[in-house]
Amino acid sequence: MKRVMQAPLFKALFGSRGNTVVTLLMVALFALLLPGLVRWMFGHAVWEAANRAACRLADDGACWAFIRARFALFFYGTYPEGERWRVHAGLALLVVVGTGTLFSHRRRGAWLLALMTVVPVADAVLLAGGMFGLAAVPTERWGGLMLNLVISFVALGGAMPIGIALAFGRRSTWPVIRYGSIGLIEFWRGVPLLTVLFMGLVLLPLFLPNGVNVDNLVRALVVMTIFTGAYMAECVRGGLQGVERGQSEAALALGMHTTQVQLLVVLPQALRLAIPGIINIAVDLFKDTSLVSIVGLFDLMGVVGQSLKDPAWTGLASEGYVFAAIVFFFACLVISLGGSVLERHFSAVPRAGKS
Amino acid sequence: MTSLPARALRAGRLVLAAGAAVFLATTVAQAQVSAPPGPTVEAIKKRGALNCGIDTGVPGFAFQDNKGVWHGIDIDYCRAIAAAVLGDPEKVKYTGTTAAARFTVLQAGEIDVLIRDSTLTFTRSTVLGLDEVAVNFYAGQGFLVRKSVGVTKAAELQGATICTVTGATLELNIADFARSTGAKIGTLLFDKPEEAIAAMEAGRCDGYTDDTGSLAGMRSTLKQPDEWFVMPETISKEPLGLHIRSGDARWQKIIFWLDNALKSAEEFGITKANADQLKASTKDPFILRLLGAEGDTGKALGLDEAWALRAIKVAGNYGEMYETHFGTKALNLPRGQNNLYTKGGLHYPLPIR
Repeated sequence: MKRVMQAPLFKALFGSRGNTVVTLLMVALFALLLPGLVRWMFGHAVWEAANRAACRLADDGACWAFIRARFALFFYGTYPEGERWRVHAGLALLVVVGTGTLFSHRRRGAWLLALMTVVPVADAVLLAGGMFGLAAVPTERWGGLMLNLVISFVALGGAMPIGIALAFGRRSTWPVIRYGSIGLIEFWRGVPLLTVLFMGLVLLPLFLPNGVNVDNLVRALVVMTIFTGAYMAECVRGGLQGVERGQSEAALALGMHTTQVQLLVVLPQALRLAIPGIINIAVDLFKDTSLVSIVGLFDLMGVVGQSLKDPAWTGLASEGYVFAAIVFFFACLVISLGGSVLERHFSAVPRAGKS
Repeated sequence: MTSLPARALRAGRLVLAAGAAVFLATTVAQAQVSAPPGPTVEAIKKRGALNCGIDTGVPGFAFQDNKGVWHGIDIDYCRAIAAAVLGDPEKVKYTGTTAAARFTVLQAGEIDVLIRDSTLTFTRSTVLGLDEVAVNFYAGQGFLVRKSVGVTKAAELQGATICTVTGATLELNIADFARSTGAKIGTLLFDKPEEAIAAMEAGRCDGYTDDTGSLAGMRSTLKQPDEWFVMPETISKEPLGLHIRSGDARWQKIIFWLDNALKSAEEFGITKANADQLKASTKDPFILRLLGAEGDTGKALGLDEAWALRAIKVAGNYGEMYETHFGTKALNLPRGQNNLYTKGGLHYPLPIR
């Protein structure tokens, strides 16, 4: 008994009177909520039914048959069934090269180059098709989680160079570049994402000459990329400021150009410092991709919202949104875990300037 | 007093003028018969697909099934237009449009036609520069009420609380109704229909108000649909229909007469199943003209003769479309105003001759 009372967990839960009260309150709260939730999610849930009417037999259970029936729609949108291997192949390519970049020690440069060039091009060809004997799949058929992933990847990949350029621009000694960068960053950070998405969708067509059509998805991609780039710039700038002056002074003393100093000495260290912030942006970005459903693209949230309008399944909002929440949670968990692997990986190198 | 040669000259001029007029008239007439179908149709043919703007999801009008295939009465119209113009109902590119973006997308030329349960109003026609071509669904703001409340008319809702979604029109109509009848109706506002319906089922209000088309869909989602009913009375007019950009009169005529053809088909008993057979066997000149066996309706529109036949064979006549998406096996919404004029409804197809 004494050993139990000295265990850290026990102390944390019942160490003081206040802690005990809070613990008991939380236990009571869970006891109140959990049984109902578990009964709804599992106990009384219906897993097989042709439509909502068949599900309604178990009134207080979740109708997971709805999710099962539309599973493919949630993940691929209306991407043609026979072509879905292309989505898998594209994802596999991204995962393989991404993992290679993370874990390769000697050839990381080559892997990174592949990640920035080969993967986007190959994936674009795979998904869009229209060449190399692949049937063309127009973007309005892309949807579901796949669309969230595409937007996240493109926006993050595009935002990195934009962010780095703007971060350096903001530290530039040339007023034009400095104030230009500041203006751009502050504009894009000062406007809600939803507003710029609407502007991209609604205003852009009015400026373009009639008949020139920019794909809806491309518009969303451009907007999301620049938007993320502005945030990325501030994150990278934080990293740049975190690199000690001694680093660049030492490099200059070795006879390196200013450009070399910045690109080869300062930037790598700055990016390492910026990793937690970048991961944060990536998670944020991934969740923000669900906003595109408001401008008429069918991402996961869009497909869920739309599935609720099928008369065969109307009224299953809880199931749809709970499912979307679970998918988003696990996807963000993967990003966070990947980020912490990245962080640990890089901090294996002794921190610059610290001894 | 004019001289003879002068008089002869004048007569000659007259003859010449008359000749020119006749010549002009005939060329104009010819031009009318074999007129090109207009820039929109040319663009559609070049592209090989109709760009159809639709709702991102609303029961009965536009929704995707488990396989991701679009269904609904608005979708049937898109497909019928594609069949008439391109000969293939599958050649449609659907663009999901939100309420905020729909008219801009149309103005910008990204879609050829907007069929998105949108009300035809004065402002949309004049200020937004759109052509309101046809009504494919007569809706109105109605009420879904608990049967046990025991009311039958909207005026009896005095003192009741009605759940609804934010959005100026629904509230505005209730306020207008209250002003004109003196019936005070309380409203409880929500962001999404699902939330409003949940609150209503939980007893926070006595009913829910929305377009009649949506109400039928909502009723089918309730836990005990039998305890609720959709009041037959409406407090506003919401003629939902087809919009195009102003400026292409030829395109406007094609859409307008296609809508008439679908409704005429119901009037004359032409269905998806019997259209081909009727074309071969009937003696009714009206049906023969409509189906392209006689006359030249297609040429006048800049299409081929079988345009209406193909459109009818996509999803049947108007009545068949309604039955598929709103009938007893679907949302179970009585036809009411959406019946033909011969059966007490408002759809009155103009004669195709």
